[in-house]
Amino acid sequence: MSDDRYPNAHVHLGVFFQGVNHSTIWTDPASGSQIDFETFRQVAQTAERGLFDAFFLGEGLRLREQNGLLHDLDVVGRPDAITQLAALAAVTTHIGLAATQNVTYNDPADLARRLASLHALSGGRAAWNIVTTDNAWTGENFRRGGWLDHSQRYERAGEFVEAAQAIWDGFGRSVSYTGSTVDLTVSPTVALSDHPVLFQAGDSPDGRDFAARHAEVIFSAHGTDYDDALAFADDVRARTVRAGRPEDDLKILPGTQFILAATDAEAREKARWVKEQQVTPATALSLLGQVWGEDLSSYDPDGPLPAHDPRIELVGETRGSARHGADPRALARAWRERAEAENLSIRQLVLAQDRQRGFVGSVDSVADELVRWVRGGASHGFNITPWLVPTGLDDVVDHLVPALQERGAYRDAYASTSLREHLGLRAPVPHRGALVDA
Amino acid sequence: MTSVLHIALEVDGAGQHPAAHLVDPHTTFATPAARPGVTPDAHRLRAVVAAAENAGVTFVTFDDSLVPVAGRDPHRVDAVTRAAFAAPLTSRIGLVPLVHPAVTEPFHLASQLAALDHASTGRSGWLVGAGAVPGARAALDRPVADGQDLADETADVVTVVRDLWDSWDDDAVIRDTATGRYIDRDRLHYVDFVSGGDGPAASPALRTAPDGRRAPFTVKGPLIVPRGPQGQSVVVGRAGAVPGELLDIALVSSLRQAQGTGAPLVFVDVAVTLDTDGSAAAERLSALDRTAAHAPDALVYAGPARGLVELLTSLRGVVDGVRILPSVIDDDVPVLVRDVLPALRVARAAPTPRPGATLRDTLGLPRPTSRFAATA
Repeated sequence: MSDDRYPNAHVHLGVFFQGVNHSTIWTDPASGSQIDFETFRQVAQTAERGLFDAFFLGEGLRLREQNGLLHDLDVVGRPDAITQLAALAAVTTHIGLAATQNVTYNDPADLARRLASLHALSGGRAAWNIVTTDNAWTGENFRRGGWLDHSQRYERAGEFVEAAQAIWDGFGRSVSYTGSTVDLTVSPTVALSDHPVLFQAGDSPDGRDFAARHAEVIFSAHGTDYDDALAFADDVRARTVRAGRPEDDLKILPGTQFILAATDAEAREKARWVKEQQVTPATALSLLGQVWGEDLSSYDPDGPLPAHDPRIELVGETRGSARHGADPRALARAWRERAEAENLSIRQLVLAQDRQRGFVGSVDSVADELVRWVRGGASHGFNITPWLVPTGLDDVVDHLVPALQERGAYRDAYASTSLREHLGLRAPVPHRGALVDA
Repeated sequence: MTSVLHIALEVDGAGQHPAAHLVDPHTTFATPAARPGVTPDAHRLRAVVAAAENAGVTFVTFDDSLVPVAGRDPHRVDAVTRAAFAAPLTSRIGLVPLVHPAVTEPFHLASQLAALDHASTGRSGWLVGAGAVPGARAALDRPVADGQDLADETADVVTVVRDLWDSWDDDAVIRDTATGRYIDRDRLHYVDFVSGGDGPAASPALRTAPDGRRAPFTVKGPLIVPRGPQGQSVVVGRAGAVPGELLDIALVSSLRQAQGTGAPLVFVDVAVTLDTDGSAAAERLSALDRTAAHAPDALVYAGPARGLVELLTSLRGVVDGVRILPSVIDDDVPVLVRDVLPALRVARAAPTPRPGATLRDTLGLPRPTSRFAATA
């Protein structure tokens, strides 16, 4: 592999305990409670046994709805992220603890303090995945309501981060920050010498620029196709350099899933099974209903697609879900044409349209591929979403991690106790005298 | 009144005397040789809560403030975060962080306490913060209620938090493979809470609004966290600051206040300074008072352990519990757990929390049925 751009690169792994999404299979007999602390403890301790960099929790501040009703087919409900990570900090010693937290519906003085608290109690293991939300629908749960205009969401995020950094550095004095969306004066109560690590997941040009300016880890959606991931990584590196930072200042950890088996053929068979579990008959109708913009739950999942076109005016009523993009009429027409051409039922069509995500193969094939990714510059590692909890990481830790170690591409032991050091990150940007030290 | 006397213990910082963090050295719960992942904050928290649990304390409280309090140690880690960290390290003791209703988002507060209830397998409580928080307005960039507005807002926040804890029925997760439904959506409930108050609603436009006025708010629900093991975390609040019918435990600062609180249980605060091996309580207290004047809003005891046992025994049947406010944790808690609490257990005057019991179980409080749950 003489053409490796980063010939000595190691694979960094994180685990994303996702919860609410149809990728988590709750129907399997091995699927545990999605809220009991023991489930979270088991996943975090398994990841730590596998020398992972980070354990990562998502967040949604309103339960998802479809067609005006609570979405009932996926896992619903999860713990408050920082609270849960503080509990996990007590039963782990090295693994990083990353909390997704929203900048629209938090107060900077309060959130900066809670993140600093997690960082202080965990010995430098806290991270903050910065997310923006502007919709008034989520705002209905909060004092200020839907106060932020869509155009201001990254402005708010940037000001929020700068205010938080000032608070983290400001113990012992009064800190003031004034911007167009943040205006505060506060005396911080938590003494820190380091900052929580900043994660960001936005994929739009604005989101990438925000990450290039502020973030230290980008949690990307480019975790399946090598060329796509490399193009994304090259784009992010260019943006990072344009923001005045060394190109390796921002680590790229795509969200992905691993499906491992003894042979590549067995893994492909397992992947097919996993997808069938993820796309239950009811979920197939729900996903179809998102395209059609109406409740199709009374359709036969083993029957043909609806003959009528989507009701355009209703599209967008699926809330808290992430389906964006194509014109629904065109999409529906394409789906109908494919179903007719290949003689597919609704569920067969939805399964066929659901592109295989992540890495599928024998342990050796997947290990080779992961090493190719990090040494070729497509990513620095991977943030794994297990499709089964709490046992879904077991084969990764028991088989894939040793295979990566044999290839000299994975740590044999933690060399540090802080997340910043695990990831090989420099000091927080505000702590550097000069921006470029590479 | 119950026939036993519950013991609660405030474990914040160096102690409840404002000079506590100025006396040195703090050696009892000090940091051992550095170990990976153990910070001084974490070590001290672990050690103090373990001492309380081992001595049979019913619950510990974690005082807190968003901003430093004049005369107190300025370094203070968020209380819910501390309580959550202690949760998996303990198995019997209740964990009751202070969160102030006027300076937090009610929705976040409800989520955090529900998560704490899951992480502690049913040992969470909420100490409702009271009183003005100087500096909160500048920190939060919005008016913060005070006076009667604060009392009204406190009642509203406690109400909506309790609504949110009930917004999931206990059996909402059905995992019905036949229909593919993870939840029965009819067993989750929008709370549609509307607060009182006639000021302008909170928004960036309020930057110039006068402080002290409450800004009305609404909360839609349901909560993002399923109902906790206790159904409702134990709500502890100061009598007079929170309506008694919204509380599980009313905290009072004198026995005269103990009557007619309207709460199911009444605990009295007792500020405690004990004789230690080296010095008499009176000398210790006067030295502390010379450093920083202190007039606790509580019963006050300074003296030998034996006298505190007698005082506590005399309170049995008068109140349901006491919350001990130790002047200096490193000096007073070791004497408390060695010479005071065992004597109460020998006399069966104080209960011993059982492993696996929720805080409600230990306190003899019923597990509430959800206010929204359909009656069968």
